[in-house]
Amino acid sequence: METLIIILVGVLTAVAIYLVLSRNLIRVILGTAILSHAVHLLILTMGGLKTGTVPLLGEAETVYVDALPQALILTAIVISFAVTAFILVLAYRAYQELGTDDLEEMRGANDE
Amino acid sequence: MYLIISAILLPFAAAALIPFIHNKLGRLNIGWLALAAPLSLFAFFLYQIPAVSAGRTFKETLHWLPSIGIDMTVYLDGLSLIMALLITGMGSLVILYSIYYLSSTDSLPHFYAYLMLFMGAMLGVVLSDNLMVLYVFWELTSISSFLLIAFWYHRKNSRAGAQKSLLITVFGGFAMLAGFLMLHMMTGTFSVRQIAVELTQYTSHELFYPAMFLVLLGAFTKSAQFPFHIWLPDAMEAPTPVSAYLHSATMVKAGIYLVARFTPVFGGNSAWFWTVTLVGLITLFWGAFCAIRQTDLKALLAYSTISQLGLIMSLLGLGSAAIHAGDSTEGAIYGLASFAALFHMINHSTFKGALFMAVGIVDHQVGTRDIRRLGGLMAFLPFTFTIALIGSMSMAGLPLFNGFLSKEMFFTASLQVLDMEIFGLGNWGWIIPVIAWTASVLTFVYCAIIVFRTFFGAHKPEKLDKIPVEPPMGMLISPAVLAILIVAIFFFPNVLGNHLLRPALSGVLPGITGAAPHIEAWHGFIPELWMTVGIIVFGSILFISFRKWKGIYNLIPAGWTFNAAYTSFLNNLEKNSRYFTSSYMTGHLPHYFTYIFSFFVFVAGGTLMWSGAFHIDVSNDSPLSVYEVLLVAVMATAAVAILFAKSRVSAILLNGVLGFSIAIFFVLFRAPDLALTQLVIETVTTVLFLVCFNHLPDWRKENSLKHVKVRNAIIAVTGGLTIVLIGLSVNSTDMFETISSFYENSYELTGGDNIVNAILGDFRAFDTMLEGLVLFIAGIGVFSLIRLKVRKGPKNDEN
Repeated sequence: METLIIILVGVLTAVAIYLVLSRNLIRVILGTAILSHAVHLLILTMGGLKTGTVPLLGEAETVYVDALPQALILTAIVISFAVTAFILVLAYRAYQELGTDDLEEMRGANDE
Repeated sequence: MYLIISAILLPFAAAALIPFIHNKLGRLNIGWLALAAPLSLFAFFLYQIPAVSAGRTFKETLHWLPSIGIDMTVYLDGLSLIMALLITGMGSLVILYSIYYLSSTDSLPHFYAYLMLFMGAMLGVVLSDNLMVLYVFWELTSISSFLLIAFWYHRKNSRAGAQKSLLITVFGGFAMLAGFLMLHMMTGTFSVRQIAVELTQYTSHELFYPAMFLVLLGAFTKSAQFPFHIWLPDAMEAPTPVSAYLHSATMVKAGIYLVARFTPVFGGNSAWFWTVTLVGLITLFWGAFCAIRQTDLKALLAYSTISQLGLIMSLLGLGSAAIHAGDSTEGAIYGLASFAALFHMINHSTFKGALFMAVGIVDHQVGTRDIRRLGGLMAFLPFTFTIALIGSMSMAGLPLFNGFLSKEMFFTASLQVLDMEIFGLGNWGWIIPVIAWTASVLTFVYCAIIVFRTFFGAHKPEKLDKIPVEPPMGMLISPAVLAILIVAIFFFPNVLGNHLLRPALSGVLPGITGAAPHIEAWHGFIPELWMTVGIIVFGSILFISFRKWKGIYNLIPAGWTFNAAYTSFLNNLEKNSRYFTSSYMTGHLPHYFTYIFSFFVFVAGGTLMWSGAFHIDVSNDSPLSVYEVLLVAVMATAAVAILFAKSRVSAILLNGVLGFSIAIFFVLFRAPDLALTQLVIETVTTVLFLVCFNHLPDWRKENSLKHVKVRNAIIAVTGGLTIVLIGLSVNSTDMFETISSFYENSYELTGGDNIVNAILGDFRAFDTMLEGLVLFIAGIGVFSLIRLKVRKGPKNDEN
């Protein structure tokens, strides 16, 4: 199971990297969103999969899955949402101001 | 009682306070307050003379980093005391002078703060026993020198001179640091005195010579020795009090001090003897030779300082032979050179300080220091003339002035070499007195230039900006004090010799008794006297016939100077680094992403691969179920399909498929909280994408070049592969005990049944709070970006 998920993570990462390397701003944003999906899955897998029951105390069983990765992922989901929302709006504004979504055309000013 | 440490810290405290006090003073010049620090310190160090000249030394230790042997250990012996007196004494005179020299439009608090910073750092250099502490103070003197040279920073030359001095001295300081570390590696201590004791066992250690040359590099750059002397003439862009103080009396003596301090460590070694002596002699000659052609009085003095520093350096080199000879008659005779070095160091500070101040007065009162415009000033500036005359005659080594005494000792020391049969001196020793004498003739010539071109000859009022008059009394006090000292030392040299030089010599040549002579002006008709007579005769001839032979200065091609080499090196460095940097810092985001991911794949992944860190073992995997395999297939298909999506809606929806599938995975993997959060967030994200895309351009096909696409694909696939390998390896190894079981006590510790919630809300509540802050910041960002209207001002000319 873990092997399969890790391979899936690899596929997701490859797709994400390819999108991030693109010139098109929307693809870059999509790429970061997919990259965070991949990372969440990876963290969860690293804690071991299905090794116990839901981490809620009080159930009859005494073996729980690792709760720590879940807590980390919960934080990560929210942060990545915030970042995605921010860069989406940034892309929107950049397009409004610059009239392009092509990163090759968006260049820092030559200040030297 | 940390009296000596407090003495070092006092100028720093003054530097920190000066900017604050300045505003409260009204019309009173801040210099008067600043003067209090060096004066009180000078009194303090004077008070130490009786004890130190009786052979006592003082040591204070303030622990700093004792675990790695770095402590603020200060050590006051004769050598440190003589330097400390020089620093504080000259400091007092220079500050007094500067009060009248600087105009009220200059930023006085900056000036005095920098000067105090320098004084504290310089005291730190000469009083520290610990090499690391010494290094810190050493670099601080470079930095304060930089600030003071660039004091009139609106001038281009000041900035260039400051940069040059900083680059060269810090380069040397860095080399010196490496040398110190090597000494530490050999002896295991940072204490100079300890190293001097222990290093004798390591003379055949492979680091012995590298350490020696690196330490010398630091000393030579700081003391402007050939070929690193080029920074000193450019440092003359500093206000004249700074030139008098840092660039003739104290900071440039730091290298001299270092060589003197390290003589007990390396002295007696032939490489040390030859390097220090020869570099000193070459500098002595070259500085004097270059000084003659200068037309700017301060530049002339700068080259003369270089030359005199070379003289002192060569004396220290010659004196180091005493350590080889040991405590014997020869040792005592050879040690005379070290004594002369210390003596000349004091004398040089007096006459060069007086000369700098006199030149400063000329510049201040007349408006120029170009000798082509000056002349005949004796009638207008009689006091200044007298001071300059005394200073010049002392520098030329004429009797009745202190320079004569130390110059004669210098000749004695150089002639002694003829009798030495060590270090291969038998064949080459004659070179030393020849260079010494030739350079002294040249010294006589430039001394004559200072006096005759400035004060004699025809007065040229049409070339001057101002009508020359004597400066205010206050400006004359300091140079007058120095001029009196010049004469007083000639008549009473043994006061200085017995109370200061003798104890200082025991710091340079420990264990060699009887090296300090009774100083006398008259020894009879000995060769040294005839050398001086020869200098006067030949010097006068050369001065009078200067026009006939000055053509030899044109023999050096313009592009062949060290200055030209320095400038072209700096320009090329700038050009090439700009070229190199701009070749990869392109300003294109895709390029930067390419670097990041390539680094990850090839450097991080490659290292793991190369070191054999990958290790795969699937035996502990949990069992597969049909749903999971299906879900994996769905996600992989959706992910790959995004790459081939024809429209943006399909791309967004496919991304949604991924997000919701992950929510299902979270359910399958016993993470209900995650599943809930993921569902909510994914819904909002998808909506956000859809809303935003309404305002964004159409989803177009990638129009990159084919080879770029291939390269990206390779990076992407290898990146994914690296992640897989890392993930599998981590999953297959079990290097650490899990820490998660701790959180299973969440009910007892926090009263919560839901472990995940307990972690977020209690164990790591601070993180969660900051996470809220991140959301808040992102919210502000989103809000302000949407509301932001870029103000369109008057359209700028694009070209």
